[in-house]
Amino acid sequence: MTDKREVGMSDPRTTTELFLGEGPGVTDAKSNHMFVNLGPAHPAMHGIIRIFAELDGETVVKADVEIGYLHRAFEKDCEVGPYNNAIPYTDRLNYVSPLINNFGYASAVEKLLGIDVTDRCKYIRVIMSEISRICDHLTCVGASAMELGAFTVFLYMIKAREFLWELVEEVTGARLTISYGRVGGVKADLPAGFHEKVKKAFAEVRQVLEETHTLVTGNRIFMDRMVGVGAISGPEAVAWGITGPFLRGSGVNYDVRKAQPYWAYDRMQFEVPLGKNGDNFDRFLVRMAEMEQSMRIAEQGLEGLPGGSIQVDWEGKAIDPAAYVDRGKQGKTEGLLLVPIQLSPNLQGQGRDAQRRVNADDKQVVLPPKETTYGSIEGLMNHFMLVMDGFGIRPPAGEAYVPVEGANGELGFYVVSDGTDRPYRVRCRPPCLPPVAALPRMIEGQMVADIIPTFGSVNMIGGELDR
Amino acid sequence: MDGGAIVARLKTRLGARVTETHAHRGDHTAVVTREAIVEALTYLRDEPDLRFDLLSDLTAVDYLRYPGREDGPRFDVVYHLYSIPHRHRVRLRVPVEQDDPVVPTITTLWPIANWLEREVWDMFGIRFHGHPDLRRLLLYEEFQGHPLRKDYPIERRQPLIGPNV
Amino acid sequence: MGVGGFFTSKLDEAIGWARKYSIFQYPFVTACCGMEYMATACSHYDVDRFGAGLPRFSPRQADVLFVVGTISHKMAPVLKRIYDQMCEPKWVVAFGVCTCTGGFYNNYATVQGIDTIIPVDVYIPGCPPRPESVIDGLMKLQDKIAAGAQRF
Repeated sequence: MTDKREVGMSDPRTTTELFLGEGPGVTDAKSNHMFVNLGPAHPAMHGIIRIFAELDGETVVKADVEIGYLHRAFEKDCEVGPYNNAIPYTDRLNYVSPLINNFGYASAVEKLLGIDVTDRCKYIRVIMSEISRICDHLTCVGASAMELGAFTVFLYMIKAREFLWELVEEVTGARLTISYGRVGGVKADLPAGFHEKVKKAFAEVRQVLEETHTLVTGNRIFMDRMVGVGAISGPEAVAWGITGPFLRGSGVNYDVRKAQPYWAYDRMQFEVPLGKNGDNFDRFLVRMAEMEQSMRIAEQGLEGLPGGSIQVDWEGKAIDPAAYVDRGKQGKTEGLLLVPIQLSPNLQGQGRDAQRRVNADDKQVVLPPKETTYGSIEGLMNHFMLVMDGFGIRPPAGEAYVPVEGANGELGFYVVSDGTDRPYRVRCRPPCLPPVAALPRMIEGQMVADIIPTFGSVNMIGGELDR
Repeated sequence: MDGGAIVARLKTRLGARVTETHAHRGDHTAVVTREAIVEALTYLRDEPDLRFDLLSDLTAVDYLRYPGREDGPRFDVVYHLYSIPHRHRVRLRVPVEQDDPVVPTITTLWPIANWLEREVWDMFGIRFHGHPDLRRLLLYEEFQGHPLRKDYPIERRQPLIGPNV
Repeated sequence: MGVGGFFTSKLDEAIGWARKYSIFQYPFVTACCGMEYMATACSHYDVDRFGAGLPRFSPRQADVLFVVGTISHKMAPVLKRIYDQMCEPKWVVAFGVCTCTGGFYNNYATVQGIDTIIPVDVYIPGCPPRPESVIDGLMKLQDKIAAGAQRF
């Protein structure tokens, strides 16, 4: 064993002294404590993080958490390109619920610009955010159950997540890194028949939640490992800056959707589940209950979607595109060019009606619809000015902070603009940083095996923590 | 409570040490000198009808290339506060000069400030006087420079690290 | 060569067949690609039917290192150490475009492709790659495992 100091440790003892408790640097009587290093590559699949624990037998006496293994320079990368170029980087922040990040960043820039999005866009943002939130909670609960040995629960939850990812793919085109939000709106409208697909997917998710409840919620082993473990009181959690399901598990009622409603949340009926003891089991129950509430919100959103269904108003009959193509191949081409075709809006994408419904009516922010771009010189110039270097979205100089309710808590975007088309500073307030910072406090005094469920309920997402 | 009223209360309490207040797009901000920041935050946290119990964010901005602030203080340390009982927010800024980038720590007020200040040190090079353990948070100790400063180019490569180097 | 060559090549084929259908992977999961890795490993896009269903969470028990997700400079020495701890024969799969070339993270913090650190056998591009791409990459890896001369 070399005497080279471990990277990042501020402890002045050498490695031999640290790990074996032998050598000239060891002076205190605690020399029979063992030091165990969990990570950075370890099976708890939440991400890469290092927990350096000092153990007295099985009990953790002190712990130090080291993060930063996934630092990908998000904040610096956002300053390089125009405002909309930061959207793919925001996808990869909390990569299990990427839609919330997209919309949060877009809302911050919209606040800087002083514009408001259309009603339909707000409803779409709420619906897609809630679907993303359910995906996040499914992954978190599934992964932490797997780490305790309940592998079946993990498989069931990932199955449910697949159904939701199919929905996301219908709307945005991708499963995970979707880049769906835009400054001023969203990329495209919801496809036809979305409401029915959501109903089917939610029926599957509800069934999976039922099955999970029967498998683990009353399970003796699960409860023994989770109840009373990793407890933190409400006021202490607030002092540590913790928000989200973690804080609500300790009984503090703070949900950004209720406290400072944004988008269409003030028109939705939902409850905020609260825990009592602040231990892992309460947080698990809070997340399970929140999934049900998220489904409720998404269903209300779809029912109350303004602008009605997505059928485009055409004179004459619509024809199924496949039948259209078949007719053409058979040589029956008379009158085909006059027949209105209805493609899925997110393939057609930028048609005038679809664009106007979900994007703000601001020429300096939103790309013009394709009919205008290709059909008129003003539209072409508008499109050119928005995309050219040095032009584009230029919010007036200033700063704005917009908090949204991410799956882990208050996800805040603080954007500073200097009047040019590049953001001057983009800061993401990571909701999982406070629980990870409080992790040493929560595992001290507990046993080594209790680190795993506690860390699982922290729901640390590396992309968001290290940015 | 309305944001303007909060900032006015702070100004009454601290007097001339609140050098500027403004509200841009509804976000009320107070610019405070660095000697007064600990007192300002303690007042905001403990005063019953302000009760800013949640330190939402602690970050910094480098104004080296900002039009209009070329000769002003280079950095601003920004504090975002939120009150859970009263549901209001406020932002505080502390201007910091380039040749003396030190700000008093607020770890005694909120324990989360420990990590947030470490991140500001890591990314900007602003020291926090009185911080118990000021080391890098997101980058490794051998990293040279402070990347979020405007004069650090994004593609700069670092010397290699590792056991065999 | 003659008859001896026939038997060694048949033995090679048999061992190659056995090795390719019993992959014990070490999923070195760091970032977003981990979500697609989980999706591929679970019921919808099962990799267990390829014999690769048991992830071994220790490099000493694994033979394929799936590097899933961005590797930063802080993580790179750890990756090298994990690779060194694996025993021969071992293969490396670069899963996701961040491990192939660094992805769109051309900055001070990201390793521009893990083949600057360790030798890679199969590259699976995508950000993140769809499970179908992952399975395609896995099948290419199986072909590579079976085709090589088997040392033991």
